[in-house]
Amino acid sequence: MSCEKLIHSENEKDGIIYCSEGSPSNFNPQLDTSGTTVDASSHQIYDRLLDFDPVSGDIAPALATSWLISDDGKTYTFQLRKTVNFHSISTFTPTRTFNADDVLFSFNRWRIPTHPYHDISGGQYPYTDSLGLARLIKDIKRLNGYRVEITLHKRESSFLANLATDFAIIMSAEYAEKLVARNQMELIDHQPVGTGPYKLMDFYPDRYIRYSKHQEYWREIELTNKLIFDITPSSSLRLAKLLTSECDVIALPAHSEVEVIRQQQSLVLNEKPGLNVGFWAFNTSKPPFNNPKVRKALSMAIDRNALIEAIYFDSAIPARNLVPPTSWAYQSDIKTVSYNPIAAKKLLREQGIEEGFSMTIWAMPVERPYNPNALKMAELMQSYLLQVGINVNIVSYDWSTFRNFLTQGLHDSVLIGWSADNGDPDNFYRPLLSCDSIKSGTNRAMWCSKEYDQIINQALQFDDINERIYFYSKANEYLAEKMPILPIAHASQYQAYRKPIKGLVINPYGGIKFGGVKKH
Amino acid sequence: MSNVFVRYFNLMLITLVILSLFSFFLAYLFPGHPIENLTGVRLADISQLENSEFKYRSGESMLVQYWHYMSALFEGNWGKSFNSGLPLYDEITNVLPASIELSSYALFLSVLVGIPLGFLAAMKHHKFTDYSLLSVSVLGYSIPVFWLALLVILIFSLQLGWFPLSGRISLFYEIPKVTGFIMLDIFLSEIEDKQAAVNNVIRHSILPTLSIALVTTTLIIRITRRSVIETMNTEFIQAAFARGLSTRQVLFRHGIRNALMPIFPLLAMQFTTLLTNAMIVETIFSWPGIGNWLIQAIYHQDYPAIRAGMLAVSALVVIFTMSIDLTIRLMDPKRRRLKRAAI
Repeated sequence: MSCEKLIHSENEKDGIIYCSEGSPSNFNPQLDTSGTTVDASSHQIYDRLLDFDPVSGDIAPALATSWLISDDGKTYTFQLRKTVNFHSISTFTPTRTFNADDVLFSFNRWRIPTHPYHDISGGQYPYTDSLGLARLIKDIKRLNGYRVEITLHKRESSFLANLATDFAIIMSAEYAEKLVARNQMELIDHQPVGTGPYKLMDFYPDRYIRYSKHQEYWREIELTNKLIFDITPSSSLRLAKLLTSECDVIALPAHSEVEVIRQQQSLVLNEKPGLNVGFWAFNTSKPPFNNPKVRKALSMAIDRNALIEAIYFDSAIPARNLVPPTSWAYQSDIKTVSYNPIAAKKLLREQGIEEGFSMTIWAMPVERPYNPNALKMAELMQSYLLQVGINVNIVSYDWSTFRNFLTQGLHDSVLIGWSADNGDPDNFYRPLLSCDSIKSGTNRAMWCSKEYDQIINQALQFDDINERIYFYSKANEYLAEKMPILPIAHASQYQAYRKPIKGLVINPYGGIKFGGVKKH
Repeated sequence: MSNVFVRYFNLMLITLVILSLFSFFLAYLFPGHPIENLTGVRLADISQLENSEFKYRSGESMLVQYWHYMSALFEGNWGKSFNSGLPLYDEITNVLPASIELSSYALFLSVLVGIPLGFLAAMKHHKFTDYSLLSVSVLGYSIPVFWLALLVILIFSLQLGWFPLSGRISLFYEIPKVTGFIMLDIFLSEIEDKQAAVNNVIRHSILPTLSIALVTTTLIIRITRRSVIETMNTEFIQAAFARGLSTRQVLFRHGIRNALMPIFPLLAMQFTTLLTNAMIVETIFSWPGIGNWLIQAIYHQDYPAIRAGMLAVSALVVIFTMSIDLTIRLMDPKRRRLKRAAI
């Protein structure tokens, strides 16, 4: 037995280890918008009716082979793919292939509050709730086994894009029925059954997730026999494991480590301008942050360029709008606030904020591409705000408590951000700042403006991009004036893996995809 | 003799009761609701639970509550982890063997290296070999374990790439848990390539074992050296020399046996030191043992896990120390206490 063989046995060749950053809360992205849950479930276990082409961003057929949109833009008819097999797991063997019932089940679960599965696992569907999809859809009809018709109350041009996001997954209705009979309904989100390229075998929280190849996957792509998520919360440890080839792919390389990865011959670093935004949100439901002038003054006290240099190591660009430059709704000529502590101080005093006023900045405890180190950023901002006479207390909790408290609105301001789930700009404007999204917990500014909601809803009435640009530029101007949040940066997105891994592409619209990835 | 036995048993029992009392009151001292800290079930869910499943009676007096707490402990109902939601009994019986395993490897290595070197130093008493071994052992003893662990990772994993730096077996191998001791589990399992799995475990174990074995090895060198020097100065050894035996003959016929007798109990006592060091090194090597697990629990403010983990580790150490002490006492009743514990 040669030494090489001793170290790398055959066993390791037909598997991929992905070092991920945390444990998913469940295996159903309908229930959780966090990237960790999406990575572990969305593209591995499930398929959607539609997909985004990761290169062009166009909508491509997936479980739906074709679709028709009526002239008034309210009725969508989907032709479904035949002979698509669901996973067969130890507790469930499917007796039929995918059909219209599965689509109805998957959508009705979040759409209809009286659906038997609606309240399983909490009954919160943050993504679809924040977009008001349940209210938008009038009816979903099964025309025949492989044809589904969705009617909307009103025209909405981002509807197809929403069906292609990580959250619009298709689950097995047959499995759901079996679980009802066994009275184990909550298992649907923990021992999932989907049509995706991999099926879940085993999950040990904070240690690993094991998947194995779905033998009868409908797409003709390369799959590896074993896919393993090695849960490694520390980013430096992930990099170390990548260097010693204990991981083949790592999640979220830190911006400070990007140079190290570039210098390694054995590693590949992919980079793309990310579809994300890191921002500072003011809790506009609390005085004095309900005053736009106070928000503006506070924003002027911060030197954003210095923050980008210190926190993102220049792998981000300063944000002017909510959307990044890669989006067609981006406006380069919008007026933004610039760093001016003297004017800021003056404006604050005019608004009755005296020397020694104290406020909290909540800094999220986890690394995200849009903000790799919120705590350090908060500390820098603390010193900037001290110069205009404001004392800042920095607050941080563990991630789930943190988000819970934010939804309750306990913060004064928070450093957080958003990664887009699809290429449509509506994916920024609506989930982040609409009135609906306060309750679903994605509107961290707790900002509700009728005018703003009207503008962004109007934008959805048109299919022509030029017409929509008109409304989004109006929205941009409105936001620049009211400043519920201060956009800070759009960070580049990185992905690092070892040379033998082939076929891994950066997915700008969310979760990582291991279908089609192989170790050579 | 039975007198000694009873005394040790009582001492152990009292220590364990105090530990369990402390762990019980931790639930009250930690932030949050005591019932949450005891059961690991969040309050919203607790209201749905009947008291029958979790026997903690919050309404009754402390003493009654403690009684229920203890009876639940003995039934294996240790509560659940906040973080993973899994029963703590399962979690701890999962991770504790990994720590014991690591400590055993290290103890084995230390004995294998430490005793011969100790003999060598003693035989070359007050010569160059002795002094250099002694100074190396002082150096080894002074190196902090966590620093050494980082150093070996830097050199052997990151620079040379010889050994992996985390875990105790590659995730490619699926070894079903039976005993929790990975080597045993590999032999009990039905995987195809057991040899490859064992090789993989060995490669994973080398660096953590080396890091914690160093301190113990230096200690063992010093213990052995002193014991051998003492033995060689005794009259029966002098008499053996007087009979005309060579140094070699004296050492092998009389020296080794008599020098090792007082060492063995001291070696066993090192196990608790090893376990402590192992817990530190585990976090650095992501070894799935109790130390790593407890640090994670602290990090996540997982109070039920901290409580149960603390109780499990301290009870293990207490029981182990007491049993060794008792065994020594029974084997060698004439030695005084102080002498046994000296290093």
